[in-house]
Amino acid sequence: MSLRGQAAIVGVADAVSPTGELDSHGRALEARVIREALEDAGLTLADVDGVCHAQSSVALAEYLGIHPRFTEATSTGGSSYEIHVEHAAAAIAAGLCEVVIGVYASTPRSDRRHGRSRAFQRPPGPDPMAEWELPYGMRMPMGPYALAASRHMAEFGTTSEQLAEIAVSTRAWAALNPRARYRDRITVDDVLASPMQSSPLHLLDCCLVTDGAGAFVLTSAERARDLARPPVYVLGAGTCHDHGMISQMPDLTVTPGVVSGASAFGQAGIKPSDVDVLMAYDSFTITALLHLEDLGFCAKGEGGAFVEDGRTAPGGLLPMNTNGGGLSYTHPGQYGMFLIVEAARQLRGEAGPRQVRSAEIAVAHGSGMVLSVMSTLVLGTEGALS
Amino acid sequence: MSERPGGRESERGPSGPAGGQERGATSVPGPATEATRFEPPISAVAAPFWDATRERRLLVQWCNACQRPVWYPREVCPACLGSTLEWRESQGRGVVYACTVEHKAQTRALEAPYVVALVDLDEGVRLLSNVVGCPPERVGVGDRVHVTWEPLSDGRNLPLFAPGG
Repeated sequence: MSLRGQAAIVGVADAVSPTGELDSHGRALEARVIREALEDAGLTLADVDGVCHAQSSVALAEYLGIHPRFTEATSTGGSSYEIHVEHAAAAIAAGLCEVVIGVYASTPRSDRRHGRSRAFQRPPGPDPMAEWELPYGMRMPMGPYALAASRHMAEFGTTSEQLAEIAVSTRAWAALNPRARYRDRITVDDVLASPMQSSPLHLLDCCLVTDGAGAFVLTSAERARDLARPPVYVLGAGTCHDHGMISQMPDLTVTPGVVSGASAFGQAGIKPSDVDVLMAYDSFTITALLHLEDLGFCAKGEGGAFVEDGRTAPGGLLPMNTNGGGLSYTHPGQYGMFLIVEAARQLRGEAGPRQVRSAEIAVAHGSGMVLSVMSTLVLGTEGALS
Repeated sequence: MSERPGGRESERGPSGPAGGQERGATSVPGPATEATRFEPPISAVAAPFWDATRERRLLVQWCNACQRPVWYPREVCPACLGSTLEWRESQGRGVVYACTVEHKAQTRALEAPYVVALVDLDEGVRLLSNVVGCPPERVGVGDRVHVTWEPLSDGRNLPLFAPGG
């Protein structure tokens, strides 16, 4: 059984602010975006029989007072939400449930200002990261991505200017989005002049730290056709991971997206040139560049040349990260939810000034931890399904 | 021989408040507030490794079944699940596979800028470490390096690397 066309996203919502801060947090914020996503779908909490949450699906369901028969708490960092859609679509296709909600909320900026604790407890027992990586003062999370960038530059001649092109093109998309954190256009020189963090990554090569929340509603294709909004079908999905620590990544220039992408594209029966909108997790500029190569939009090593001349900017051949991305729209820590929300909006034709004309196929490619866990969704309109 | 990548005057990173607060969401914690270098815990399986560092010897596990080197130390071989692993001494020489200069210290014990690198030992394993003993900007991918040691508070030594080898 293929997932193609079995389930559809029928409601989305996200909460962001140009200030980077939101006025609610925790479960209240989660409940707010769930309510908005259900309203978007024309459904109510009473319709929901499945729930996804990357930390605590049981506690969330209790808070909402629902009794789901499908529960999903896979936690792979920023790619968790693509995996949630993948698993929920499979569960719907298998008849385990019919209406699944997924949610994410995180408020690192306002937590800091209000002194809310985000203390992290290391897990008990042996901890390879503490023993073999933490002593060396690698900044997290940018250090591992900087190592990947250094290797890519050494192997393929990729330049800081080419990485900067991604930040510039992404900011140009953000300029079209009134809800984006940063909207002023920037140049390659601006990126190169911004303070070096973990070389070769400059400040403007790095994602934001903002508050943010998002939610989706997924249901069967059959039920989706009776609802308010045009269905956004899951055409394909794939996931792969190969390491937890960067020192265990087999090749720092090749991510598990090679596998997740091929799986998702294969199910969907598409090739890269069929993709109208690419939402590729941009925790750092190098992250997006690796996704372009590993998903097959260009050959390995050619990502630097590929992104030159505004290829991924508004008006370019490959619209990428059209909401302004993790680099300029929002990045609360696990950005994968926002890839899904924007892909759905583009496919429903609701993206306003940044709308990609006649968008029928969008890809949401989530990236979790330190280039560790990739999950790819191919999403499409009714037209793409037929 | 002990070489530190930094001293104590490390709180002042090169980037201003915008650099520190606005970007680089951290979902993986580091010991950012500690005034001394984070000292690694000793897992049961790696106790022989840490004991050998007291004599400044670098050990690497090898799987007796498939004759492959194993890093990081494990109870079983990740290639064949063999459970008979032995420790062999490494020559401590290798090549920089990837490197970054941290311009803002992750911990107060280190003074930026300093080099974090992945080093491919000649025996065939890859370790994360620091490259010390030269200006950070001199370190590049492909450089030959050799092990050097920094004392930890309990008599162990932490393996770092220096140019040449």
